Amino acid sequence: MTALPLPEIWSYLSREPLLWLTATLVAYLIGDHLSQRAGRNPLVNPVLVAMVLLGGLLWATATPYQTYFAGAQFVHFMLGPATVALALPLYANRAQIRRALLPMLAALLAGSVTAIVSALWIARSLGIEGPVWLSLAPKSTTAPVAIGIAEQLGGLPTLTAALVILTGIIGAVIVTPLMRLMRIRDWRARGFAVGVAAHGIGTARAFQVNDTAGAFAGIGMGLNALLTAILAPYVVSLML
Amino acid sequence: MILAVAILLSCQLLGETLARGLMLPVPGPVLGMALLLAGCLLLPGLAARVMPTAQGLLAHLSLLFVPAGVGVISHLDVLGGSGPALLLVLVASTGLALIAGVLTFVAVARLTGDHGAQAPEEPRP
Repeated sequence: MTALPLPEIWSYLSREPLLWLTATLVAYLIGDHLSQRAGRNPLVNPVLVAMVLLGGLLWATATPYQTYFAGAQFVHFMLGPATVALALPLYANRAQIRRALLPMLAALLAGSVTAIVSALWIARSLGIEGPVWLSLAPKSTTAPVAIGIAEQLGGLPTLTAALVILTGIIGAVIVTPLMRLMRIRDWRARGFAVGVAAHGIGTARAFQVNDTAGAFAGIGMGLNALLTAILAPYVVSLML
Repeated sequence: MILAVAILLSCQLLGETLARGLMLPVPGPVLGMALLLAGCLLLPGLAARVMPTAQGLLAHLSLLFVPAGVGVISHLDVLGGSGPALLLVLVASTGLALIAGVLTFVAVARLTGDHGAQAPEEPRP
């Protein structure tokens, strides 16, 4: 019996997208399973579990992120069509959304301004300055818009991407306990607020909990992409 | 399902083209979402065609953020020396934005005489 040519197998697998695409799906399934087992406890967030598992695996196998992404890009690509697909819950809930137009617009303005101003203000009082400070301004909006805004303001695009993802995870983890603490039971309000404050990852969490919350989170995310693009440069110029 | 995917991709493509062509500050997929919503309102049959695929995609929306999330884990050094301070900023600011958004929504809904769809019970512990 000859030994398996393990180095050859590894060198093939580590070059092809198959391995990391599969690993991404399996890590997510593990995360989702643990999340279900924990009764959808917000701390056991499937994205967080999967990213820690995969991050550990990349570190242990000394795989560069670029190699990982060559496989995972197929999953990443689906973010675009999934964003378009948010039109369907909007359509299904259109009567409810039309009725809540005024509360939505008010909450959008309040949430968006608070997200930008509080981040910049707290960061400044902690001594964060310069391009890092600027990178915080668009942190609550969806990644492609945030990166565009950060570049325009003179922030750091890579740092902005990391801050955006972390904001999404933080929002998804704290939204349920926070809303329960505040005794907010209106799913529309809960969903909309998390869409504005924590973009797509918050929206994913909202869909996990309640369909109405998910639909409202989707609109909150979409509207805040537009509003942050308009507001962030203005707020930054006022605070400089 | 292939038809639904083609519709979703076409809306995204149209959205990207419009966003870039008109230099709008909105990402293409968000514009694509608005286009598909308009399409569903104009042609009610469209929604029924796309709905099952859309629901399938959105049920696992979390999965789609995993590759970007792994990017953050493997580039934690971009946070630099100010990592803990930045994390504190994100937690505080996200919490404040959630509170401001939800309280404003509930207050304005009440002012306009709408008590909304109250969830009778928390569905999960």
